Amino acid sequence: MTRQMTGARMVVQALKDQGVEVVFGYPGGAVLPIYDEIFQQNDIRHILVRHEQGAIHMAEGYARSTGKVGVALVTSGPGATNAVTGLTDALLDSIPLVVLSGQVPTFMIGTDAFQEADTIGITRPCTKHNWLVKDTDKLSETIHQAFHVASHGRPGPVLIDIPKDVQFATGTYTPKEATRVSHYQPRVKGDSEAIAAMVALMETAERPVFYTGGGVINSGVKASQLLREFVAATGFPITSTLMGLGAYPASGTAWLGMLGMHGLYEANLAMHGCDLMINIGARFDDRITGRIPDFSPNSKKVHVDIDPSSINKVIRVDVGVVGDIANVLEEALALWKSRGSVVNKDGLAKWWKQIAEWRAVKCLTYNGSTKVIKPQYALERLEALTKGMDRYITTEVGQHQMWAAQYLGFEAPNRWMTSGGLGTMGYGLPASIGVQIAHPDSLVINVAGEASWLMNMQEMGTAMQFRAPVKQFILNNERLGMVRQWQELLHGERYSQSWSESLPDFVKLAEAFGCRGIQVTDPADLDDAIMEMIRYDGPFIFDCRVEKHENCFPMIPSGRPHNEMLLGDADTQGVIKAAGAVLV
Amino acid sequence: MSPLNIKKSASSHSAYELRDPNAPVIETHTLAVIVENEPGVLARVIGLFSGRGYNIDSLTVAEVDHNSHRSRITVVTTGTPQVIVQIKAQLARMVPVYEVHDLTVEGPSVQRELALMKVAGKGEARIEALRLAEIFRAHVVDSTLESFVFEMTGTPEKIDSFAELMRPLGLREMARTGVAALSRGL
Repeated sequence: MTRQMTGARMVVQALKDQGVEVVFGYPGGAVLPIYDEIFQQNDIRHILVRHEQGAIHMAEGYARSTGKVGVALVTSGPGATNAVTGLTDALLDSIPLVVLSGQVPTFMIGTDAFQEADTIGITRPCTKHNWLVKDTDKLSETIHQAFHVASHGRPGPVLIDIPKDVQFATGTYTPKEATRVSHYQPRVKGDSEAIAAMVALMETAERPVFYTGGGVINSGVKASQLLREFVAATGFPITSTLMGLGAYPASGTAWLGMLGMHGLYEANLAMHGCDLMINIGARFDDRITGRIPDFSPNSKKVHVDIDPSSINKVIRVDVGVVGDIANVLEEALALWKSRGSVVNKDGLAKWWKQIAEWRAVKCLTYNGSTKVIKPQYALERLEALTKGMDRYITTEVGQHQMWAAQYLGFEAPNRWMTSGGLGTMGYGLPASIGVQIAHPDSLVINVAGEASWLMNMQEMGTAMQFRAPVKQFILNNERLGMVRQWQELLHGERYSQSWSESLPDFVKLAEAFGCRGIQVTDPADLDDAIMEMIRYDGPFIFDCRVEKHENCFPMIPSGRPHNEMLLGDADTQGVIKAAGAVLV
Repeated sequence: MSPLNIKKSASSHSAYELRDPNAPVIETHTLAVIVENEPGVLARVIGLFSGRGYNIDSLTVAEVDHNSHRSRITVVTTGTPQVIVQIKAQLARMVPVYEVHDLTVEGPSVQRELALMKVAGKGEARIEALRLAEIFRAHVVDSTLESFVFEMTGTPEKIDSFAELMRPLGLREMARTGVAALSRGL
């Protein structure tokens, strides 16, 4: 069943075939034929953004919160270059996206035409794969392949560059079912011998720990369910990276909290002191490992990942299992049960006793105040007042992001959207809109810092236009808090360019956009204001004025191992040596 | 790799290199990468090497199967064993890559490179150049009264040594193709 149609119509038809419901985009000269087709149909909803970076982050938020592929549409030249940050962000966090970009007509490529950029060249290193389609007959098949590549194996962003003459020309449409089977078929099933080796290690380990990451979320809800079952059955403690929060519930008894540079004391010490580390869908990022030679020196390490290049990239492991998390966990769990569900009970009991001592340190304790709002307190109240609600959280990047990860609890996967790998300031607001478009009736909160938030604040216009009642919870310390913290610890308290001057009046800004804003400075007013934000039917900007020089703890300074964690300001004197200072 | 960390180097001018025994071992590997012959695929592979800081000692690429659009990229690269494994994994996960073969570990292989060398000279030097060319089985593919262009194929080491001999005899220009390699046997 093939049909003749224009390239522009093929784009829309192929998206429909792929089950796409929403496209985030911005029109321009090189995509006008596609926009003309979008105008003439009602199946696909187009969300008009205010900046192409916003479109990509929205598509990321949409994808991360639904498990589907996010789709964005941008024009040539500046449209495509504005998408680059978002593409890189999605690549580092393994978010499946299909981005369509317009291009100047094929006969003008290479002439420095108006709004021409070498989009394929520019986006080659920041996509999983990209295509320039020069022949209308190949367009629909390429789009179907693109969805396959974006969502199979380790997910990631792909881009299709479509010259304008290809959009105008008529060609043969190839439906999804008729598309050639892609040779790109990453391995899903783990090697049984490796899984058996992993299970054998689990049976004897005295001090095991599960270290899980974003791969569990990407693998799907089933992976999270299997993980929970495995943890419950073995009684092993579990920690997670920033990207993996929610795969195991924060209320679960085996939960140690997040690990890493600003991870919890008990989580990091468990990583340092374990004799068996089971890495499931995480990638030994430098925010996790700290100083590599001192990273968990006495443990056997197992690494389960769908991407073979993740294994032994940074940390040498004893057992590597390449495969899809859900697939591997299912097989491992079945094998472990069939071998008698053995664990080292005595060892585990001692291990939990040790963990209880670490937990007793209560590393998230902070100095409270009745005069000024502590950012940690603001998040504790936000958590308390929204707990149990149908809630999604996005964040910007910086101190507030780490505090959100520490003080908010995630009970389910796909509820936490944050820029982990790239650390993109300006991610949270557009991501929150993308989440809200996918979940119109849910409570979507972007926990933000004022500096990050300003980077993409134009997207409030998008939130208003499409009635996305996103809540912008801005912890406003009038500082680039994390930069300031590092300058305090590393650069002799010389606060170079790390304060936010000439900030807008956020309440008036909200009014200017046509929504509601509030400013809170007194801790006593916090609860009422949060409730007002939740109840308000529409976008809301919450200017939460917090302690200006609060530092984020615990902290593992750069170049230090896990067991040399700073728990508070008293620990910070002269801790970072020159070798650590060159690290980021 | 010998325990003394003495290894043959692909293109060094001495036969052996002595390295700091405490430094990580640097190995040279020849990789054959079978790719879909699509636009930009070479840029993609090279971009992986430059973007991640891997070395390329030599690179050749050409279509080897027109009907199925397959090209073969032969890369000679250096790195620690961990880096070499990582390079292979990074190549293998690229969408247009079908196969990655490490000819250095997959058994014996044949490695050949073609070189053209322009040698200018008169009198005794010119005769000496011709005599050496014979020994190295280089062919004369162009000749004037004052110059030769030699064509030779061989291992990179053989081409290196011939070039070294030609240098004092008037080597003016040289073009090398980079290594093409196949495993021996079936």
